[in-house]
Amino acid sequence: MVNYVIKRVLLAILTIFVIATLVFVLSRAIPGGPFDRERPLPPTVIENLNRKYGLDQPLFNQYLLFMRNVAVLDFGISYHLLGDETVNELIARTFPVSCLVGVWAFALAVLCGIPFGIISALMENRPPDVFFKIMTTLFISIPSFVVAALLQYTLAVRLGWLPVAMWGSWKQVVMPVIALSAGPLATITRFTRASMREVLDSDYIRTARAKGASSFTVTYVHALRNALLPIVTVAGPMFISIIGGSLVIERIFALPGLGWRLVQAITGRDYSVIMGLTIFYAILLIAILLVVDLLYAFIDPRIKISQGSRSSEGGD
Amino acid sequence: MATLLTVEDLKVTFSTKFGQVNAVNNISFTMNEGEILAVVGESGSGKSVTALSILQLLAKNGRIRNGVVSFGDHNLVTMPEGEMRKVRGAEISMIFQDPMSCLNPVFTVEYQMEEVLRFHKKEMSREQRHSRMIEMLELVQISNPEQRLKQYPHELSGGMRQRVMIAISLLCQPKLLIADEPTTALDVTIQAQIVNLIKELSRQLHTSVMLITHNLGMVAGMADRVQVMYGGEIVETAPIDVIFYGSRHPYTSGLLKALPKPNMGDEPLHPIPGSTPDLLLDHIGCMFYERCDYAMECCRDLTPPKYRISSDHMAKCWRCHPDFSETAEEKEVREAR
Repeated sequence: MVNYVIKRVLLAILTIFVIATLVFVLSRAIPGGPFDRERPLPPTVIENLNRKYGLDQPLFNQYLLFMRNVAVLDFGISYHLLGDETVNELIARTFPVSCLVGVWAFALAVLCGIPFGIISALMENRPPDVFFKIMTTLFISIPSFVVAALLQYTLAVRLGWLPVAMWGSWKQVVMPVIALSAGPLATITRFTRASMREVLDSDYIRTARAKGASSFTVTYVHALRNALLPIVTVAGPMFISIIGGSLVIERIFALPGLGWRLVQAITGRDYSVIMGLTIFYAILLIAILLVVDLLYAFIDPRIKISQGSRSSEGGD
Repeated sequence: MATLLTVEDLKVTFSTKFGQVNAVNNISFTMNEGEILAVVGESGSGKSVTALSILQLLAKNGRIRNGVVSFGDHNLVTMPEGEMRKVRGAEISMIFQDPMSCLNPVFTVEYQMEEVLRFHKKEMSREQRHSRMIEMLELVQISNPEQRLKQYPHELSGGMRQRVMIAISLLCQPKLLIADEPTTALDVTIQAQIVNLIKELSRQLHTSVMLITHNLGMVAGMADRVQVMYGGEIVETAPIDVIFYGSRHPYTSGLLKALPKPNMGDEPLHPIPGSTPDLLLDHIGCMFYERCDYAMECCRDLTPPKYRISSDHMAKCWRCHPDFSETAEEKEVREAR
C-alpha cells in the first residue's frame, strides 16, 4: 500500500514533467506573444520587455529555465496583471473561490444524486422514477449557463431573494453552486440508478433477503456498497472538473475564480500563468485519481493494490 | 411423522411483455418433519418458483394468484412482510445454485454469517455469536474457521463458498432448508461431498430439506421422497424406491432413461425429445402430451386427474386410470426397462 503510493507519486512526477514540456511547446506554438496589443507597442518597448522576462533567449534556454522553475514550483509573475503578484499568489487568491463553489456543488451533486438514483431504482417505472428520468434528461442536456441565467432571473431579479452576482457573502455562493451542480447531479442520479438496478437483481441480494434482511438493510448495506464502484469512477474526474472552476459560471456570476483566469491567460499568451495553472491542474488531477484508485480498493476487496496496478483476483 | 409444510392449490404467474406466464399451476403437496423431499424436473418446470413462493421471494413481476402455504399455524402467502422476515433465515432458509454469485463480494464471511444471528437471535452476545459461527463452520467441515471468517468470498473456492452458504442457512437451526440446485455449479467431485453434507446435517439438526434438482442420480442416495414436476405441475410423487423401480408417469421414466449409465458402452444417450411446454399458453389435456411415447387421444383433450396408486404414490397420467389396460406389446416394453 505504502509502496504503491510511492510508486504512484514517482509516476506522477514523470507525468508532470511530460505535461510541462507539452504545455511549453504548445503555448509557444500559439502565434503572437504576450505583448501584442491592438495598438502595437513601439518595437524598443517590446524588446525591453522581452529582455526583462528572458523571452529574447533561445527557446531551448527558455525551456531549461522554465523546467528549473517548475521543479521548485515557481512560475514567476504574470505578464499582464499589474503589480507584482506571482502566479502562485494568483492561484492562492483565485483557487479558494473556485474550490469553495466547486466543493459545495460536488457535495450537492453526490448527496442528492445518490439518494435520487436509489429512489429511482427502487421505484422502477413508477411515477418517482419517471419524474427523475425526465429531470435528469433535462439537466444533462441543458447547458449550465442556461440554468445560471434562469436562476438569476427568477431568484435574483424576480423574487429578489439573492444578489445577482459578485463575491462576498454566502448568498452569492448559492446560485453558482446550484448552476454548477445541476449537470453532475443529473449524471450521478443516472449512474446510481443504473448501477443499483443491476445490483438489486443479483443473486447475493436474493440471498440477503432469504436471510431475513429488511429492505433497508438490503438496499443500503448489501446493494449500495456494490453499486458505489461505477459511481466513484465517474465522480472522481467530475470532482476535478467541478473544482477546477467553470469559466462560464464564473463569468456569469462574476466570481474571481480560477477558470476564467486560465482562459484569459491563454488568449493573452500569458505564458507564466498558462504554465502555472496547467501544472496546478495536473497535480490536482493526478492526486484525485490516486484517491479514486485507493477508494476502489477500500470499497471492493476484490481489487488488490499491488505491483503499481489495480488487479482483480478471483471471482472466476 | 408430523406435517411441516403444506402447499395447497398454489398458482403462480409472471407477467412478461409477451403475456402472462403460468409458471406454477395449482400444485399441492406436503412435507413432513425431518423429511428430505427431492423436487425434480427440467428447467422451467416450476421447481424454483415453487421454492421462492414458499419464502415469498418471487421476482417483482411474479404473483401468487391462488393457494395456501401452511407452515406451522401460519399461512405464508398472506403473512405480512415484517412477519415473513422473521421466518426467512430462521425457520425456513434457502441456498442457491451458484455459490460464486450468492455471497456478497464486498463483505467478509464473518459479516455475512453474523448478520443472520443479528437478525434472528438478538439475545446472543458477541461471544456467543462468534462461537456459534465457528461451530457451524466446523460442522460444514471448513478447516481454519477462525481464519475463514476474516476472508472475503473471492478468496474461497466454489465448494468452500457453498459450504459457507450451508453454514449460513443452518445457523439458526431452521425447520426447513430449501436447497435450489445446490451442486449444479460445482465440480463433480465436490458435488457428492456437498450432497452428503446436506444429508448428514439435516439428520443431525433435524432439519427438513427440500432439494431442488434436475439430476435424478443425485437424488438417489439422498432423498426420502421424490416429486416430479413438469410444466408447472406435479406429475408424480412417490417414495424414492418407487420412483426408481415402479414409476407410473412416462415423464419420470423418460428422466430415468435419460440418465447416463456407466455400463452403456457405445450406446447413445436417451434424451426426451422435444422441449418443455410454452407456459404462456393455456393448456388443455396433458402437459406432456406432445413428448409422450404413450400418448393417447384422451391425453390431448382431457387433463389427467391425480391418481392415487398407493397411500404415498400419486401420478397424473391417464394410464393410471383403473380401466386402462396396456397392450401386451407395451407391457413388454415397460417391463424390459
